[in-house]
Amino acid sequence: MKLEELRFGTELIKRGFASMQKGGVIMDVVNAEQAELAEEAGAVAVMALERVPADIRAAGGVARMADPQKIVEIIDAVSIPVMGKARIGHFVEAQILEALGVDMVDESEVLTPADEQFHIDKTRFSVPFVCGARNLGEALRRIDEGAAMIRTKGEAGTGNVVEAVRHMRAIMGGIRALSGMDNQELVDRARDIEAPAALVIECAQRGRLPVVNFSAGGIATPADAALMMQLGADGVFVGSGIFKSSNPEATARAIVEAVNHYDDPKIVAEVSKGLGEAMKGLDVHMLREDEVLQTRGR
Amino acid sequence: MSTCSGKTRCCRPVGVKIGVLALQGDVAEHITAFREALADRPGSTVVPVRHAADLGDLDALAIPGGESTTISRLIGKNGLYEPLAGFEGGIFATCAGMVLVADRVDDPRVRTLGLIPMHVARNAFGRQVDSRETSLNIAGLADPFRAVFIRAPVATEIGSGVEVLARIPEGIVVVRHGRHMAFAFHPELGGDLRLHRTFLEGLGI
Repeated sequence: MKLEELRFGTELIKRGFASMQKGGVIMDVVNAEQAELAEEAGAVAVMALERVPADIRAAGGVARMADPQKIVEIIDAVSIPVMGKARIGHFVEAQILEALGVDMVDESEVLTPADEQFHIDKTRFSVPFVCGARNLGEALRRIDEGAAMIRTKGEAGTGNVVEAVRHMRAIMGGIRALSGMDNQELVDRARDIEAPAALVIECAQRGRLPVVNFSAGGIATPADAALMMQLGADGVFVGSGIFKSSNPEATARAIVEAVNHYDDPKIVAEVSKGLGEAMKGLDVHMLREDEVLQTRGR
Repeated sequence: MSTCSGKTRCCRPVGVKIGVLALQGDVAEHITAFREALADRPGSTVVPVRHAADLGDLDALAIPGGESTTISRLIGKNGLYEPLAGFEGGIFATCAGMVLVADRVDDPRVRTLGLIPMHVARNAFGRQVDSRETSLNIAGLADPFRAVFIRAPVATEIGSGVEVLARIPEGIVVVRHGRHMAFAFHPELGGDLRLHRTFLEGLGI
């Protein structure tokens, strides 16, 4: 047995990093103060942004990677991992985030895509990536490109959990539907969903995605977070839901506890008391086609 | 051992029960690894531990990797601090778990359990891109172990009775203290169960 002495950025390290986030809440923050509040509340990581998705939506225009100054400020403020968002296909933004010392890059539909045909070739990076997905085929295409973690897309910045539920059900249901299939049927299904056959077969064998799968895009309350966990999420991203609520500190703590005790309604009830107004939220059916973020990247 | 009838004291007549602290982190990976390590012991169980009552009849407890600040906070919230600090079985602690079982840490955000007298530094390697796999010589293992360090801690000082089983330039990465073992890396990832077996043998299991 010949062991290589020292290796960085292997698949095991990248996927392992994502595994350490399981059962946790990853919170969007826009400055050092919010990052400290998130860490204090029990977040497992923070997503460093210039604006939360609800404000990106309101601002319009082209949404890009955050100012590196902002990201460094947040990295310096906390001891938990810091993630950053790059535009879909914008591998130079990803290179910059990696150079800044970001612990995971989110190749995110919340930002304006830079490439409408190709996602980033994530195998070329040492830093691990998380990518959004709406269904099993999309999740497996991202994993094939090197994503170490998947998050269901939901519809970011809406405070409306309906799309997050749709996407989690699509992925979990897509995996359940594989059970009992023989090899030929799995290969046929792989063609249907435009995913690599080897990954479809791996999902069938494991009964789950080969990487950690979080929920994102519309989680605004402890109940929303517990709902996503009961539907099979390994953890949750909360974007606008915390700092657009009337009491971010209490909301952040409550969501952490709701994820920890997602199957204990008494505790979820207790932590949900007196949180004040949740973020206002949007009806996703009222969004214009060009306002829908989840259709970016496929 | 394979010829043991299970009726004598040559080995434990009943299966063993291992818990995995299931507040946050790679709990499922620990459960899978211990189930595999105990596959030849009929009647053994590996269970997630979320409440103090779950600790009662355990032979050993694994404290998984994850975020030590988050796990520390949830230990407090769930009333687990005293029960864990007083746990009498063996403890198998990895990464964040190694931080939690120490008695001193370089970060006031983590309340350590004080089970192993040592000082631990969190994130001793830097950012995630500095996380690494390396071939590690560990006392008691004939061949090197492929160790996966992920934003890992190291022990910087040890107290009396703590045995250092592996050390790298950054610091101490494997220790044994009585029935407890702590690892800065993740023996639960990668499928090599030699350290799980070493731990179980140390408990007389």
